[in-house]
Amino acid sequence: MDLTPIWLTLKLAAITTMILLIIGLPLAYWLSKGRSIIKIILEAIITMPLVLPPSVLGFYLLMAFSPKHGIGGWLHNTFDIQLVFSFQGLILASAIYSMPFMIGPIKSALQQLPLSLSQASYTLGKSERETFIKILLPNIRASVLTAAILTFAHTLGEFGVVLMIGGNIPGVTRVASIAVYDSVENMDYASANAYSLILFCVTFIMVISVFVFNKYKAKSPLE
Amino acid sequence: MISINIEKKLRAYQGNQVLKIAAQFDKGSITKIYGPSGAGKSTFLKIIAGLVEPEYGKISVDDAVWLDTKSKISLSPQKRKVGFAFQNYALFPNMTVQQHLEYVSDDAQWINQLLSIGKLETFTSHKPEYLSGGQQQRLAILRAMAIKPKLMLMDEPFSALDPKMKSELIPGLKTLWDEFGTTVLIVSHNPQELEGLTAREMEINPL
Repeated sequence: MDLTPIWLTLKLAAITTMILLIIGLPLAYWLSKGRSIIKIILEAIITMPLVLPPSVLGFYLLMAFSPKHGIGGWLHNTFDIQLVFSFQGLILASAIYSMPFMIGPIKSALQQLPLSLSQASYTLGKSERETFIKILLPNIRASVLTAAILTFAHTLGEFGVVLMIGGNIPGVTRVASIAVYDSVENMDYASANAYSLILFCVTFIMVISVFVFNKYKAKSPLE
Repeated sequence: MISINIEKKLRAYQGNQVLKIAAQFDKGSITKIYGPSGAGKSTFLKIIAGLVEPEYGKISVDDAVWLDTKSKISLSPQKRKVGFAFQNYALFPNMTVQQHLEYVSDDAQWINQLLSIGKLETFTSHKPEYLSGGQQQRLAILRAMAIKPKLMLMDEPFSALDPKMKSELIPGLKTLWDEFGTTVLIVSHNPQELEGLTAREMEINPL
């Protein structure tokens, strides 16, 4: 059995999770503070992948980043970057598709912290940035970990979006979920079963770890 | 001298009320502020600290203007840097008693002095969830005092303390206030809670 799709999937999930952690923490913090029409619209866009058929999202991303159209054409002509049918394209699609799994738990956890925590820090002369890093972030640690694990696990299971924007190029875009489908198409049930079992076990361990971690670590006087 | 003249709309059960206060506080003075629940006592303190914006008003401390809604001046809470003891303590769940004070000051001697005043020397490695209500309240006061504030705002600061602990804590705080020339405003819904503390009194009643 070719293990490349498994490594490719794990690599995709790890990179997507890291990118979303970097983007997600400040974005979730900004969204958690007050309401405005811009925030409502942005939050709706971030949440859309939860309800939108993955093939629809994949189709629009394919259109947007096609080297013959709009943004994709500009990227291709200006920077010689082609996102469709490439691993970079998979990362972009995965980041968009999994974003609600990162933003949602972090934003919700920040909103549940008493406002007086940051207020107390401000009156002590601490900046918003220092307050976020030293006070808010350590107190939502369990939620950040949950968000990261859910994002990782969700990226492992992507199919529709990945297939639309990445296709099925061995060693480049052929991730495990596509390898399962491809193996079944070719009547190779042994390989399909092996890929499926690995994905099942990895995902199961990740979900279990969320439950275990939240049970033992998420306790705080705020609950 | 602290001069305050503010107006803030409050949402209350009975409908909208207006918190309108014009007052002056001498440097180093202690003032007890009391009034019925929902009168805006906590909001008043938060307006002074820069945590809540009033619709109209001016706050000046000595020669510095902290707030002037006409001139659109409003110093951030970080620049006002008042000592604020929150009613709900607002302790940081991720920090121990020692870390709370080290977050504010790196002067070990000063931290030890504060711990001694608050009788928390034996609880330095405890996080808030492992402290009693009274211990948490004392830590909240000590943390606010750690910045050596010129203005100390205290919201129901002694409500969880037994009379003995209160009578031991207040003289220690009073010594520090005298040393730093701290102006102190203490909010309480119960004037008896502040017995033993010589202070001017001020009542807040919304319009």
